[in-house]
Amino acid sequence: MNLETIKSEIEASVPGCRLEIVSNPSPSGQHSLLVGPDHAVAVATFLRDSARFDYCSNVTGVDWPPKELSEKIKVKKIVDGVEKDVDEVRKTSVPGYLEAVYHLFSVELREGPLPLRMRTQDREAGVHLPSLTPVWRSAEFQEREIFDLFGIVFDGHPDLRRILMWDGFVDHPMRRDYVDPDDYEYEPTAHDQVLQRANQHLNQTGGQ
Amino acid sequence: MSTLAYPTVPPILEPAVDGSEDQLLEISMGPQHPSTHGVFRMNVVLDGERVVKLKPIFGYLHRNHEKIAENETYLGSMPYTDRLDYLCSITNNWGYALAVEKLAGIQVPERAEYLRVITGELTRLQNHSCLLGFLLQDMGASGTPLMYAFREREKVLDLLEALTGSRMMCNYMRFGGCRTDLPAGWLDEAKKFVQEFPRFLDEFENLLVSNEVLMERTQGIGVMSKELAINAAMSGPMARASGVNYDIRKVDHYSIYDRFSFLVPLGDHGDVYDRYMIRFLEMRESLKILNEAMRDIPEGPIVDPKTKPRGFRPKPGEAYGRIESPKGELGFYLISDGSPNPYRYRVRPPSLINLTVLEDLCLGQNVADVVAILGSVDIVLGEVDR
Repeated sequence: MNLETIKSEIEASVPGCRLEIVSNPSPSGQHSLLVGPDHAVAVATFLRDSARFDYCSNVTGVDWPPKELSEKIKVKKIVDGVEKDVDEVRKTSVPGYLEAVYHLFSVELREGPLPLRMRTQDREAGVHLPSLTPVWRSAEFQEREIFDLFGIVFDGHPDLRRILMWDGFVDHPMRRDYVDPDDYEYEPTAHDQVLQRANQHLNQTGGQ
Repeated sequence: MSTLAYPTVPPILEPAVDGSEDQLLEISMGPQHPSTHGVFRMNVVLDGERVVKLKPIFGYLHRNHEKIAENETYLGSMPYTDRLDYLCSITNNWGYALAVEKLAGIQVPERAEYLRVITGELTRLQNHSCLLGFLLQDMGASGTPLMYAFREREKVLDLLEALTGSRMMCNYMRFGGCRTDLPAGWLDEAKKFVQEFPRFLDEFENLLVSNEVLMERTQGIGVMSKELAINAAMSGPMARASGVNYDIRKVDHYSIYDRFSFLVPLGDHGDVYDRYMIRFLEMRESLKILNEAMRDIPEGPIVDPKTKPRGFRPKPGEAYGRIESPKGELGFYLISDGSPNPYRYRVRPPSLINLTVLEDLCLGQNVADVVAILGSVDIVLGEVDR
């Protein structure tokens, strides 16, 4: 399996799609394919039907919060009328995003893994990605899990609900900046309004 | 032909949206139902006894294993992987160790590979025999088959205890090898166990395989097609019962599995009976592997001396490593940013993903069959909810 050939095959058959190979420096050598959200479903369908990656094994999310890169550069500046090289720290901020990773295998050709990645625009409003559950059924629960724990909204998912956390839960625990509460099992004890209501109830029923 | 005028009964539930007056009953199976193998819950909508809708509800055992592992060193989460699928801690350790070895490019010494295969296949034996006992228990064969299976499981647990010091939470693998070498006499005990094990299988098969009640309860129930099995990424015995020839031991050639001669049993029908029989056949193949591995195990170191257990920092990168655990494809996806903790740690739980098709299998079946179908999927909630 050659990632370059797969990339060029996809680009030939899905017009206008942007693909990028994300290289992986680890000894595992599992380089991945980054696809833009616009053509993701077409690319996935091509990978399933033509490239025979029929087995989408693992679907998961990764959170990349915004970070500041600082690098030292030499800048020519005029100091006291003389031109000098001055060290200066330049800070560039890299915007954060969420990522969905699909590990594809081929049962027929016994190949894989081919990690397919999609990235959201940001981590607040633009967290929408197309769902690949219509292509690979195995993504159904795993995309729900990403929605639950990372907060990526998969458009076109048949049943997008929280799966592991309860329905009333607000945050997304797998995000890097998630702050967990001091006490998960906090329940308001009977005071103030609750106590008032309880007393009222007791009076009405005569303490029964 | 005159029609009888029945007295009309007012509907208890609202009539269905399509205007038909079917009386549907919604019941909640679990989380305390004994057949759900833990705290798993299904909301089942019934039309009479027939299932028309089934929604599984997860999360009762959720503790965010992945988040905990991301705040822990690489070695620190090894004991925690035991708690995923708490029936087969050895294979969980193995999957995690394999992923880290891929991430950091670590070689495993020969003897350690043999130890991994031996303990891993023993784990498969005890998981499958347990499952058969549970499945029969769920279907009403109360007591005896489960106790027969547990008798065999005890023997494996005794062996694991002698080797690792713990019966269930073994914490046995290390990156680049195993934690302890075999104690004196262990191999003889294990050989004795492997020689006696076919007697249990024969006995169990004689008792149950051609049992009329069992066949009635399982044949043609919960049928899954081959296409659905691949598309929904079924793995392990679930997939192979539907005829998908996909065993990661054969496909990935991980560890030293290409040295042993064993077959991959496949089913024809993809029903509960096939899923049940696949486990018998797989246990017989595991025995072959065990016999060969225990015959050939060489002397040597059990851990790669070059790996540092403390202060282990893999170079930045990512890796997905997977093994054929008794329940299916157990994968670990790791991203390293060069720090002592994994940046991203993900478990691909076979139990959860094998439940994707639960509704498809149960639709149109009787509510009593749901129990048999769920039992044949083989789930452990520690892994489903993580």
